[in-house]
Amino acid sequence: MMTPIYLDHNATTAVHPTVVDAMLPWLTQHYGNPSSVHWAGRAANAALEKAREQVASLLNASVNDIIFTSGGTEGDNFAIKGTALQRAEQGRHLITTAVEHPAVLETCRALERQGWQVSYLPVDSQGNLDLAQLESNIQPQTQLISVMWANNEIGNIYPLAEISVIAKARGVCLHSDAVQVAGRLPIDVQATGLDLAVISGHKFGAPKGVGALFVKSGNRLEPLMHGGSQERHRRGGTSNLASIVGLGKACELAGVEMQQNAVHVAQLRERLQQGIRRGIRGVFFHGAQQSDHRLPNTLNASFAGISGESLLMSLDLKGIAVSSGSACSSGSLEASHVMTALGVAPQLAQSSIRFSLGPTNTAAEIDYVIDELAAAVSRLRQISPFENF
Amino acid sequence: MTYEIIRSTTPKRIVVAMSGGVDSSVCAALLKEQGHEVIGITMQVWDYSRFTNPDGKTFGSCCSLDDVYDARRVAESLQMPFYVVNFEREFQRHVIDNFCDEYFAGRTPNPCVLCNQVLKFELLMRKAQALNADYLATGHYAQIREVDGQPALFQGRDQHKDQSYFLFTLTPQQMRQTLFPLGAMTKGEVRAQAQRFGLQVAEKAESQDICFVPDGDYAGFLETQRGSGQKNGEIIHHNGQMLGQHQGIYRYTIGQRKGLGLSWPEPLYVVGIDATQNRVIVGEKPLLSRRDFQVRRCLWNIEPPQSPLHVDCRIRYRHQPIAARVCPRADGGAEIAFTSPQKGVTPGQAAVFYLADRVIGGGWIA
Repeated sequence: MMTPIYLDHNATTAVHPTVVDAMLPWLTQHYGNPSSVHWAGRAANAALEKAREQVASLLNASVNDIIFTSGGTEGDNFAIKGTALQRAEQGRHLITTAVEHPAVLETCRALERQGWQVSYLPVDSQGNLDLAQLESNIQPQTQLISVMWANNEIGNIYPLAEISVIAKARGVCLHSDAVQVAGRLPIDVQATGLDLAVISGHKFGAPKGVGALFVKSGNRLEPLMHGGSQERHRRGGTSNLASIVGLGKACELAGVEMQQNAVHVAQLRERLQQGIRRGIRGVFFHGAQQSDHRLPNTLNASFAGISGESLLMSLDLKGIAVSSGSACSSGSLEASHVMTALGVAPQLAQSSIRFSLGPTNTAAEIDYVIDELAAAVSRLRQISPFENF
Repeated sequence: MTYEIIRSTTPKRIVVAMSGGVDSSVCAALLKEQGHEVIGITMQVWDYSRFTNPDGKTFGSCCSLDDVYDARRVAESLQMPFYVVNFEREFQRHVIDNFCDEYFAGRTPNPCVLCNQVLKFELLMRKAQALNADYLATGHYAQIREVDGQPALFQGRDQHKDQSYFLFTLTPQQMRQTLFPLGAMTKGEVRAQAQRFGLQVAEKAESQDICFVPDGDYAGFLETQRGSGQKNGEIIHHNGQMLGQHQGIYRYTIGQRKGLGLSWPEPLYVVGIDATQNRVIVGEKPLLSRRDFQVRRCLWNIEPPQSPLHVDCRIRYRHQPIAARVCPRADGGAEIAFTSPQKGVTPGQAAVFYLADRVIGGGWIA
């Protein structure tokens, strides 16, 4: 295999070397429990609270509104179930979108099985939401609107500030899964008017297994994890300190590097898209195409007539890491729910590939990928039983 | 041919069909050791979570998904690329649906032959080609050797494990792209190799005959697939006498003695199933043995014969082949005559023809 090329940053990212350096003392020297009263605990607690400040600063949130979690899935579960359980007496209706991450969708489905009503807002063929439709779905019983900030598969950015105006006017709590945006584009939870927001460290240079939930003060949530006074009784369990320190450092770095990283990956994404356009016939790009409506690093394309799975494997054998529409390694067969929501025909959905770039990618890598991609698509189309484009 | 290729000095790209069991794991390890570029693929053919998790509310352990994890662990320990491909729909269409159709038509199907024919050597082979692989390798106990410049299928060296019966549908084109690295080994040797490679699956038990009915409850499985309902009918003695009622012909198979619930001076066995009249026919032991029968849809690994041919014929997996005369018919079937009557001639099973240890063809017992 040649030098590996990693174009799957929406799945996860490498831990930033500076983040590793920041974490190491909390693995090798300091072992205190932040909840302890003594010197060891105090040192640990100081590190924990410093990280909280770093996270709050990236989101422009108040320090007290940040709860550390194990990552995006826990954060979404916490935000949605925590709100639902807290407000079950006042009404049992939620609104979300058809293109959310499974951490949101499956949590909503779990609540449906317990008697909640959930409205799943459709999107158009570009992946855009109809805000009038969102508003018309709000009922007196509606307790929460949950809309992702950016979509992990197609990169669409949703207009949370506008949604917030609607939610506020109707007095409904607003949650956003901001996992794909945090550390990549500026987030201002106050200016945007969010009540709840979720970020995950490993999407921007922190390790896996750590994230944060923003809960605007005044919002009450039923905890998921009982049994400890950590996080001011909101999330029990001994703090994952080294990782939290890493999350804090990654947030600090993002504040400095985010802007130039976004410009860099946007240029590479443009290079990749142009190269694919020029070199390969029968390609369909998915999602919003205007640059201010999508993540700078994400490109999703279908290559008509071939299976995305075979293409993914062929690229992998060339050392190129991408992901396909049906991403589950356990062999899930269903076409991606996002492709389905866009109305993409099943066969075309099965041929979709997601490229998600990161700051360390180079133009030379992109050029190599374009060449290998064109070769693989051409070869697969030659042996494909249904060449029809 | 197998031997020359796997010992060839030019490294090839080889996809190994990995089940998580000891055979396919050793197969992958041997090829990797010989310096080939080996890619592991596991076919997920059945959503086993349906057994434990019908409503998505609860979760339980899942033994067969464990096999996928075992295969993945082996591939990772051998440091080779590994993929899971989902063939659930294809398996349902080509294997399960046929399995059910056959039972309801009064036959006893052999899904393993079809799974090999369609899933492994058509669909998975196509996947291997999509990955630019030179060969597809499996852990079958069978051998491919060249005869007069053409690939030919032979029994595995281990008489107890020989799986050539399941592979009689292989075409020359498929054989040219197939490797059976275990074909010249015994099961004991394979286990020893597993030990040598330190494979964790070395002590794993043999897999069951029919993977999608792990509890052996065929009737329950068929009813889940096709629904239960008014399926009762008559149990008739071979002499025409009505002896009782059955609960659905799919619950019976040729040679069955238990569970008939009949009183008769002599032990009775199922000797026939008549799907059109919804009848189970029973009779005394001698009626179980047949000398003559027919097969449908013959496939030949030799020039299709125009005149009667003397072969050894195997009528189920692990059956000792018996000398028989095969008279091909113009419709693609054949009349088979054993030299002496044999028990267990079961419609729906494959009859496979051998010349010594070479598979020359086969068909489906009518």
